[in-house]
Amino acid sequence: MKRIGVCFFVILFFFCLTAQAQTITVGFTVSKTGALNVDSLEQYNGFELWRDQVNAKGGIKAGGKSYQIKFAFYDDESQAKRVQQLYSRLILEDKADFLFSPYSSGLTTSASIVSEQYGKVMMTTGAADEKTYRQGNKYLFQMFAPATQYLLTAIDLLKAKDPKATIAFVYEDHAFSVAVATPAKPYAQQQGFNVLFSEAYPPNTTDFSAILDKVTASKATVLLGGGHYADGSTLARQLFARKAKMNMATVLVAPDSPKWTELGDAAVGICVPSQWEPQVSVKPQFGPTVAEFNKAYTAKYNIEPSYESAGGYAAGLILQHAIEQAGSLDSEKVAGALNGLDATTFYGRTKFATDPKEHGLQLGHTMVIAQWQKKGGKLTKEVVWPLANKSSNLVYPIH
Amino acid sequence: MGGILASMIDGLLVGSVYGLAAMGLSLIWGVMDVINLTHGSMIALGMFGMYMLFAAFSTNAYILLVPVIVGGLVLGVIVYWMSVHWVVGRPPLMSLLSTFAVNMMVIGIGTIIWSTSPYNVNFSLPGITVGAYTFTGNHIAAAISAVVVALALELFLFRTRTGKAIRAVSQNRDAAELMGISSTAVLATAFGIGIALAASSGALVSTLFPFTILSGGVYELKSFVVTVLAGLGKPLGALVAGLLLGLLEGLVSPFIAVSWVPLIEFGLFVVVLVFFPKGIFARANA
Repeated sequence: MKRIGVCFFVILFFFCLTAQAQTITVGFTVSKTGALNVDSLEQYNGFELWRDQVNAKGGIKAGGKSYQIKFAFYDDESQAKRVQQLYSRLILEDKADFLFSPYSSGLTTSASIVSEQYGKVMMTTGAADEKTYRQGNKYLFQMFAPATQYLLTAIDLLKAKDPKATIAFVYEDHAFSVAVATPAKPYAQQQGFNVLFSEAYPPNTTDFSAILDKVTASKATVLLGGGHYADGSTLARQLFARKAKMNMATVLVAPDSPKWTELGDAAVGICVPSQWEPQVSVKPQFGPTVAEFNKAYTAKYNIEPSYESAGGYAAGLILQHAIEQAGSLDSEKVAGALNGLDATTFYGRTKFATDPKEHGLQLGHTMVIAQWQKKGGKLTKEVVWPLANKSSNLVYPIH
Repeated sequence: MGGILASMIDGLLVGSVYGLAAMGLSLIWGVMDVINLTHGSMIALGMFGMYMLFAAFSTNAYILLVPVIVGGLVLGVIVYWMSVHWVVGRPPLMSLLSTFAVNMMVIGIGTIIWSTSPYNVNFSLPGITVGAYTFTGNHIAAAISAVVVALALELFLFRTRTGKAIRAVSQNRDAAELMGISSTAVLATAFGIGIALAASSGALVSTLFPFTILSGGVYELKSFVVTVLAGLGKPLGALVAGLLLGLLEGLVSPFIAVSWVPLIEFGLFVVVLVFFPKGIFARANA
């Protein structure tokens, strides 16, 4: 009897060891605190929903085995200096098999130095700046459409609506927003617009009085710019409080958050270039449909998903697909599967550049423009561009 | 031209809040020769004090300035007995280290409670529109509140017995003690008032802009510039210098990118230190 008991415990011990080995550790940092926390936490919700759904369905299947997904993550406090230390820790101490990027281009650039050094596949989401992908990286894969697309899409919309508009660019002096604004200015001029004012403001700016006085003095009719949630929401609040009468205001990133409704009347009319909106219909080749994702997300978090949330979920979904296609957890094989991928999910099309000069850059995904509108006294976010995907007409001018 | 004028008015409005913040630093520096490095964290506590009071009472934010000032005074006296009393009169490095330690503690505890995420006091007053420019009601109310608090301090220092005692200790501590003034009580009171001023400026800033527990640092730096401009121990001078700094910001902003404004400010800081080490008003008086 005693021997049977010992055998039982030995078998149980080895079973536990085996069971423990059947996991895939995905490491990343989240900006739980600091200026990027709103956008970053929404992205995290997307990761989390993906993990929970995959684990509930038995995990990721590769090489005849099923792997449960385990997360290892830390708060990077929205600071680049924390990111490099933490990604080293994720790889060396937490033994992460794969990585998700932190939120934002600046933090991702820091993290990518570490991920490339150790040859770890990192799915980047919330990291649109192209520069990061033009540094000879081999294991970096971008889920977002590149930064250049953000305002070019808005300028296309403006050209269709009011070709005589005059533009002021006001944007955060941050890797992402600079990457967005730099190509947008000459593009606007090529499209025949008069750019009357352009200025970058320091990250963490809270007082926009001086800049908005300059915008008013320039007599520009359209404002394009912003950066992330903290500065973008403040810019919109002060635009409203100072009654700066713009026919159109397109602010990067911030208005996509469901938290935008907290701005009340200051939220109305503000447009946002968006990586994804629930109104856009696509036929996914694998993973949930748009409706299924919306339903699951809303049920879990009691709030509508933003494009950061969808991007987070899609990063997991694409990684999962690549692991299953590769049939292995080997970084080289998974990177190979990602290089060959050209697929459509609820998030839209995903295809990565394989040219070594811009390896990992997103080539397949496209953006839309959404606008906050007041309907029946309630704030709703509507897709207004491109026309093929629109759920409502653009309100122009706002006031 | 309208843009420059609007920018200057905006600068003056926010400059009054800089002045109020600097008055606290200047008072403590002048009276007890202590460079108070808790100044930034106390400004941040004033911001969160206003945030919590507004969340609890949802009334006019500028009425809530009164409990913030009282809270700041009490906190200031506590901090004085905790970390300043023991180092007054000792080498300046001692008080620098002591107040820096308290600053780190406050920021650490504040980060645990509120994280470093931005907060807003969602209160707004109707503004005044002149042509294409609107000056928000909050900016105007904050500027008026700052001037009222500053004038109240000046009246307190010149018209009350305690205020006169603070000035006496500031001028000559030994002589004041020989006249029967308890310098310890006076120093504790002065430190409390200095912190109350810092907290009240933080509370006013919270009605204008979003803030985090780290936001006080920006206003602490501006307070140093203002204090150096005004000269030590000249609280009303600090208010005027704050207005001048705000005016300077407003004046240069239309001509250069806003990113360059701090360079102008700190350039001025160095110039004043080199050419007017006792402040611009001391030079004028001489």
